[in-house]
Amino acid sequence: MNAQTFTLGRAVRLSVLIFGAAIFLAPYVFMISTAGKAQSDIFSSSLSLIPQHWSYVQNFAKALTRVSMTRLLFNGVAVCALIFVFQVMIAIPCAYAMAKLKFRAARLMMMLVMLGLLVPIHATALPLYVAFDRLAVLNSYFALVAPFTISVFGIFLFLQFFRAIPDDLIHAARLDGMSELGIIGRVIVPNAWPAVTAFAIFSVVAHWNDLYWPLIVVSNQTYATPPLGLLYFRAAEAGDDYGALMAATLIITTPLVAAFLLAQKRFVEGITMTGLKG
Amino acid sequence: MADAIAAALPVVRKPARSAAERQEARAALVLSLPAMVLLFVFILLPVAVVILFGFTDYELGYAGFRFVGFDNYTELFTDRTFRRSLWNTTVYTAIVAPISIFMALGLAMLIESENIGRSFFRTAYFLPVASLLVAMATVWQYLFHPTIGPINALLALGGLPGPNWLGASMSVLYSLSIIGIWQSVGFNLVLFLAGLTAIPRELYQAAHVDGARSAFDRCRLVTWPMLGPTTLFVTTISIINAVKVFETVKTLTEGGPNKASEVLLFTIYQEGFVYLKVGYASAMTVVFLAILVVLMFLQYRVQDKQVHYS
Repeated sequence: MNAQTFTLGRAVRLSVLIFGAAIFLAPYVFMISTAGKAQSDIFSSSLSLIPQHWSYVQNFAKALTRVSMTRLLFNGVAVCALIFVFQVMIAIPCAYAMAKLKFRAARLMMMLVMLGLLVPIHATALPLYVAFDRLAVLNSYFALVAPFTISVFGIFLFLQFFRAIPDDLIHAARLDGMSELGIIGRVIVPNAWPAVTAFAIFSVVAHWNDLYWPLIVVSNQTYATPPLGLLYFRAAEAGDDYGALMAATLIITTPLVAAFLLAQKRFVEGITMTGLKG
Repeated sequence: MADAIAAALPVVRKPARSAAERQEARAALVLSLPAMVLLFVFILLPVAVVILFGFTDYELGYAGFRFVGFDNYTELFTDRTFRRSLWNTTVYTAIVAPISIFMALGLAMLIESENIGRSFFRTAYFLPVASLLVAMATVWQYLFHPTIGPINALLALGGLPGPNWLGASMSVLYSLSIIGIWQSVGFNLVLFLAGLTAIPRELYQAAHVDGARSAFDRCRLVTWPMLGPTTLFVTTISIINAVKVFETVKTLTEGGPNKASEVLLFTIYQEGFVYLKVGYASAMTVVFLAILVVLMFLQYRVQDKQVHYS
């Protein structure tokens, strides 16, 4: 690097950052480029980024026909949405009670929540699988969603956020004759909106990407989520048809990446908040 | 976190509770009941069952099982695959966690001190976190392809022989580590950036006045200690995530070649859900859970000792 002729400053700094960014983005560049290459291009010239024979249409057609991409994306959205809705509906009342109401079980519940934070799905998967197998509910949205309806992390995050909401606000609402559920819906949640969006991002990113649990409970394409569907597609794709593979990859990666690019600020805030409080 | 718990605990056990207090307590129980029931059904009970299963020879598809004491655990110690798997997970973690932490810290400090392109760099490094890992693993497989892959093509331009990245038992774990680092730097980076932004400017000026003239001194005396809590958290989460490596292994190598990329969760998955040896896999799960508990315990210990500046 000839940056040393400059003072040890911005030139070095910028070139390091740009070089790093180029490496981190390289897989995306190759993904987009290869998705448009014909098989012959892929074998002959792997370093040229512009396809010689434009094959985007063929590759995308292959990707869309081998595995039903719309089905996968629909399943992904449905599972993530169901999980998120249940998590929020169940965690918020509990967090509110623990943060703002006085009751004896609070101490024990806090311990259970802290204990629950330790346990990932990988640790509970075996008994849950056996139970779901016995109940004959494998291969269903129920199987994909049920274990995640409880998010101890959600309770923990909301709990900390709710504590910052002034008690006076709640007392005033109570004097106005609001029920506890009314308080949650009209006082707590509107005031905790940043926590809810942050948790939404955390939850969706985690479950959109999860492979472990869907792989265990789903064994056909009807209920496959995007990561699992891509595994099926890879299995169906004999040999090295990287053009079609990259097209499929592109289709499956785009939704979340687009969401991230559109709502970057929220994403980063969400990760920071969930990260630092967790 | 300890004070978080303390603050959550209202003073209880007053001898005479008013009607309003009783009503409040009842409301609280009703509100938290669904969460507690699910917590019990989907977390506490399964953990208890997994520990129990670990002492049995239960196999799915066979009727009944018997208790075998610690047999599963003694078998684990002599099981070559499991030992290999533990070792590989350790090596993977020892590579991925430190590199992704220090790389993220370095990049965060560079981005923080740079005026232009901040949000671009943040986006570029963070993009892998928002991408489907199974999908991007497929892209990496192409990049790593021994004959048609761009990486080896690039090496060939420089006259270097490219390794068979994911295909050789010597290099497969390192190739997976590269993907792991690529995937996790952005997450750590965003946390470090938040930590850096939270450091008050005056501290740097004060350090300057007190004689910390060089950038290195300011870094050592201000940045590093102020980032303490963030660093601790990033370290814990990086280690835990590295121990949980699964997606790339399942997608790209299936533990191979020759068990060279056999990792803990993949071994558990194979034994439990492919060979259906539930009892044996449960014992492995208990070992996995024990590792997580030890890691969290270490985090709490360090956290308690750490000086808090906030």
